[in-house]
Amino acid sequence: MSQNAEKVIDHFELFRGPEYTEMLANKKCMFEDPVLPEELTRVTEWTKSMEYREKNFAREALTINPAKACQPLGAVFAALGFEATLPFVHGSQGCVAYYRSHFSRHFKEPTSAVSSSMTEDAAVFGGLNNLIDGMANAFSLYKPKMIAVSTTCMAEVIGDDLNAYIKNAKEKGSVPQDFDVPFAHTPAFVGSHVTGYDNALKGIIEHFWNGKAATTPRLERKANSKLNFIGGFDGYTVGNMREIKRLFDLMGVEYTILGDNSDVWDTPSDGEFRMYDGGTRLEDAANAIHAQATISMQEFCTVKTLDLIEASGQEVIAFNHPIGVEGTDRFLMEVSRLTGKPIPDAIAKERGRLVDAIADSNAHIHGKKFALYGDPDLTLGLAAFLLELGAEPTHILSTNGDKDWEQKVQALLASSPFGKNCHAYSGKDLWHMRSLLFTEPVDFLIGNTYGKFLERDTKTPLIRVGFPIFDRHHHHRYPVWGYQGGLNVLVTILDKIFDHMDATTNDVSKNDYSFDIIR
Amino acid sequence: MSDIVAVEEIKERNKQLIGEVLEAYPEKFGKRRAKHLGTFEESKGECGIKSNIKSIPGVMTIRGCAYAGSKGVVWGPIKDMVHISHGPVGCGQYSWAARRNYYVGTTGVDSFVTMQFTSDFQEKDIVFGGDKKLSKIIDEIEELFPLNKGVSIQSECPIGLIGDDIEAVSKAKSKEYGKTIVPVRCEGFRGVSQSLGHHIANDAIRDWVFDKKHDRPARFESTPYDVAIIGDYNIGGDAWSSRILLEEMGLRVIAQWSGDGTLAELEATPKAKLNILHCYRSMNYISRHMEEKYGTPWVEYNFFGPSKIAGSLREIASHFDDTIKEGAERVIARYQALTDATIAKYRPRLEGKKVMLFVGGLRPRHVIGAYEDLGMEVVGTGYEFGHNDDYQRTTHYIKDGTLIYDDVTSYEFEKFVEKVQPDLVGSGIKEKYIFQKMGVPFRQMHSWDYSGPYHGYDGFAIFARDMDMAINAPVWRMTKTPW
Repeated sequence: MSQNAEKVIDHFELFRGPEYTEMLANKKCMFEDPVLPEELTRVTEWTKSMEYREKNFAREALTINPAKACQPLGAVFAALGFEATLPFVHGSQGCVAYYRSHFSRHFKEPTSAVSSSMTEDAAVFGGLNNLIDGMANAFSLYKPKMIAVSTTCMAEVIGDDLNAYIKNAKEKGSVPQDFDVPFAHTPAFVGSHVTGYDNALKGIIEHFWNGKAATTPRLERKANSKLNFIGGFDGYTVGNMREIKRLFDLMGVEYTILGDNSDVWDTPSDGEFRMYDGGTRLEDAANAIHAQATISMQEFCTVKTLDLIEASGQEVIAFNHPIGVEGTDRFLMEVSRLTGKPIPDAIAKERGRLVDAIADSNAHIHGKKFALYGDPDLTLGLAAFLLELGAEPTHILSTNGDKDWEQKVQALLASSPFGKNCHAYSGKDLWHMRSLLFTEPVDFLIGNTYGKFLERDTKTPLIRVGFPIFDRHHHHRYPVWGYQGGLNVLVTILDKIFDHMDATTNDVSKNDYSFDIIR
Repeated sequence: MSDIVAVEEIKERNKQLIGEVLEAYPEKFGKRRAKHLGTFEESKGECGIKSNIKSIPGVMTIRGCAYAGSKGVVWGPIKDMVHISHGPVGCGQYSWAARRNYYVGTTGVDSFVTMQFTSDFQEKDIVFGGDKKLSKIIDEIEELFPLNKGVSIQSECPIGLIGDDIEAVSKAKSKEYGKTIVPVRCEGFRGVSQSLGHHIANDAIRDWVFDKKHDRPARFESTPYDVAIIGDYNIGGDAWSSRILLEEMGLRVIAQWSGDGTLAELEATPKAKLNILHCYRSMNYISRHMEEKYGTPWVEYNFFGPSKIAGSLREIASHFDDTIKEGAERVIARYQALTDATIAKYRPRLEGKKVMLFVGGLRPRHVIGAYEDLGMEVVGTGYEFGHNDDYQRTTHYIKDGTLIYDDVTSYEFEKFVEKVQPDLVGSGIKEKYIFQKMGVPFRQMHSWDYSGPYHGYDGFAIFARDMDMAINAPVWRMTKTPW
C-alpha cells in the first residue's frame, strides 16, 4: 500500500506504485485487446515519417486538434468588455456552459453569460419565446445595463432573426423599449472566435452609432481629437489593456477603449463577487463616433468593425498584435502622429531598457529555430519579435488564418534574412504541426496549452504564449504589448531556454560540465 | 437549544430564503423555479422538488447539453476509439481533454482520448449536408490512425437540423472497414441537460456495439467472480483506485465503463456476473438493458469515504460466495489503519464544518458520507441534471432540513451561499471563482480541482487532504483589509 496519511500522495505518484502498475498491466493484457508492442512501435515511428506527413497534409475533411474556437466565444468576449453588459447567447444552453468554463479556465475568474436554452420545440417552432422569456429573466435577475445578443449554430441553422425577435421582446416588455440590446449573428460554421469578436463588436458599435435600433436618431459625427482603441480577442487582455492605458496616460492622449475586459476578468477577492466591473461605459461607446481615429491592435479580429468605423469618417489603423521594439515603435508613432502628442522620454527610456535586455540576452536566442501557432494577428506579432531577436521562425501556423494572413506572414519573413527558411501554414491544425516538428525539427515551439501534447510527442520545448493557457497561472495579468510587454515575452522565452539548457546538461559525469551557474 | 428547535429554525430560514430569491424573478418564472427549491422533510421522506425539467431561459443555468453527456461523459473516455465531434469546431474544442479521464496508451497511435477530432463544419456543409464529408473523415481516420478499434460520431446541434443520415454512413463504413462505427444522436438541443445525452449514448452502445458485435469472442475464460465497473469515468484515476479494491477482495474486473475503457471491454461486459454501478444517473440505462437481455444483475455502490466504501464492499460481496465475502472483510481490515490515520489527522481540523454542494451525476449524494466521516455536515445539495430517482436516493443520505436546489441558477446559488454561510462549497469551474471572491473556500467536485483520485481508500486520504487545504488555507484570513 503506497498511500499514507502522513504524506498523502495523489495521482502524480499513487499510480506509479507496484500494486497499481501491475494491476494496469494485467488489465491491458487480459481485457483490452491491446495492439502488439512491435506493431505499436512500428506505427508510432511511421507517424513521425515524411510519408506520414504527406498523407497527413493530404487530409481534406478531417480536422485534428485545431487551434481555433467558434464565433460565439468571441462574441461573449467582446460583450464582456462593456460596462455592466450581460452576454446573451441565443440557442442551445450547453454552448454557454462551454464558453464560461473555457474563459474561467484561462483567466481563473468567473465569466457571466446567459443562454436562451433552446430545446427540441424551439428547433421546430423557432426560439422567439426563449428569447422573450430569457431577456425578461436575465433583466430581472442580473440587472445589466446592456444585454448583448449573439447566436449559437442551432439558432443560425433554423434561421432565427435576432433583429425581429429583439423588437418583439421589447414589445412584450421583456426589457424597456430604450434598453440597449445590440446583437450579432455569430454562426459557428463561419470563421472562428476572432470572427465572432468582430461581429459582436461591430454590432455593439452599430447599435450606439446608428440610432439604437431606431429608438433614437443616428448620431452625427462631430470630430474631436480623441482616439479609439480596440484590443481584439486577446488572452492577455487584463495585462495589455492596463499597459496601453498607462502608455496613453503617459503621453497625455485622450482615448476611449472600445471593449475593455481588464477589470471584469480581474476582480479582487475581498468578500464581494462583482458580476460586472469596469468595461467601456455605454455613453463612451456612443461618443466614440466623434473620435478622430480608431486603432485596432488586431486587424484580423476587426475587419468588419473597422469598415464600419471608417465609414463614419474616422481614420482607422490596424496592427497585428505588435510585440517587441519595432512593433511598439510603429504603434506609438502612429498614436503620436494622430494626436500630435510627442512620445515622452519616460517611454523612450522603457524602449531603451527593452533594447538593453535584448542586447544582454539575444545570444541565447540568435539562430534558434522556432515553430509557432495561434490566432492570425498574434502569430504575426510574435514572428516579428522573433526576427528582431535573431531567431529563425521556421513553421508559422494559424488554423483560423486565411490566404491573406499567409501572404502577410510571407511578406514579413521576406523582410528579414532570419525569415528565409520559414513557411506559413493557414488553415492547418496541430496534427499537421506534429508532422512538421517530426520531419523538420525546431528548437522551440510557441503556442497555447494544447501545445503540450506536441511537446510530449516531439520533445520540442513549449513556450506558452497564446490563448487558452490553462496549465500555467496568471500570465494573462502581465502585458505582452508595449516595451514592458516585449520584456515579458523576452523573459518568458529566455526562461524556457535556460530551463531547457539546465535540464539537458545535468547528467552527472556525462555532460554536466556545461551545467553553468552563469549563463 | 434543542436539535429539534434548531432544525425547525433552519427550515424556516430556508423557506424565507427561497421566498427571497424567487421574488427576483418575473412572476411566471418565479413560480416555475419554486418547484425546484425546497427543504428535505425527514418525516415526509422526500426532497419535495421537481427535476429533469427544461431550464428557464436567461438565468445562467449551470447545465450543459446532450453532446456533453455523450461525448464528454460516456463515449469520450473509451480510449481506443476515435470520437468525432461532428459539426462546427467549438463543442469539441471546449471539451477537449477537459475532463481528466485518465488512461494509459500511446495517444495518437493506439489511444485518442485527449485529442480533438472534428468535422469543423463550414457553411457549405450546412447547406449541402455533411454526410459525404463524414464518409471521407472516416477514410482519413483509417488512413492516419490504422490502430483505432472503432469510431463514434458525436452529433452537434446542426446534424439533426439539416437532416444528415449519419446512420447510413456508419453502416456503410462499418461494412467497408469491418470496424465498429457508432452514430450518436446527441445533438445539444435534445432534452433538457446532459442527462438525455447519457441515455442516448447508452442506447447507442446497446444498438451499435452489443447488437452489431463483429462476432469477436471475448479473449478470456470466464470465472464466477467477473464483474464490470459501470459509470466510473476515471477522473484523476478514480476507477483505478476502485478497481484495486475489487481485485483485492477476489473479484475480477473484466471491463471499465468508460474511464480507461476499451471497445473490447464494452463488448465483453455481458459476460460479467455482476455489473457494479457507480454513476447511476449516466449508466443505469445500459445496466437495466444488460439485466433484461443478458440476465446480468447490477448493484449500485459508493466508494466515497470509508463508511460507504465498507458498506458497498459488503453489498457487492453479498452477491458472491464466502471467498468474496471474506475478501471484502480482508480489504476493509487492510485499509483500517490508513483510514484511522487519515481521520485522526484531518477530522480535528474539519469537525463541524458546513458544506454546500451542487454537482452532477451521483456526487450531490455520494460524497456526503465522505464529508461525514471527517465530521463535516452537508447543509445544502442539488443536482445539475438529476431525475426524481436521484432525489429519492438522496433522502437516504441527507439530514432533516437540508436545503435542496435543482438546476440551481447562478443567482440563487450565490444568494443561498451568502445566507447559509457554509465553510466550503463544492461545485464546478463556473462557480469556483464566484465563491472564492466572496471569501468562501471552494473545491471543484467535477474535476477534483485537478487532484484525485477521490474514490476508494487511497482516494479518501486525498479527499481529506484537499478539503483541509481548501478550508484551512491561510488566504481566507486575508480577504478583508485590516484597516
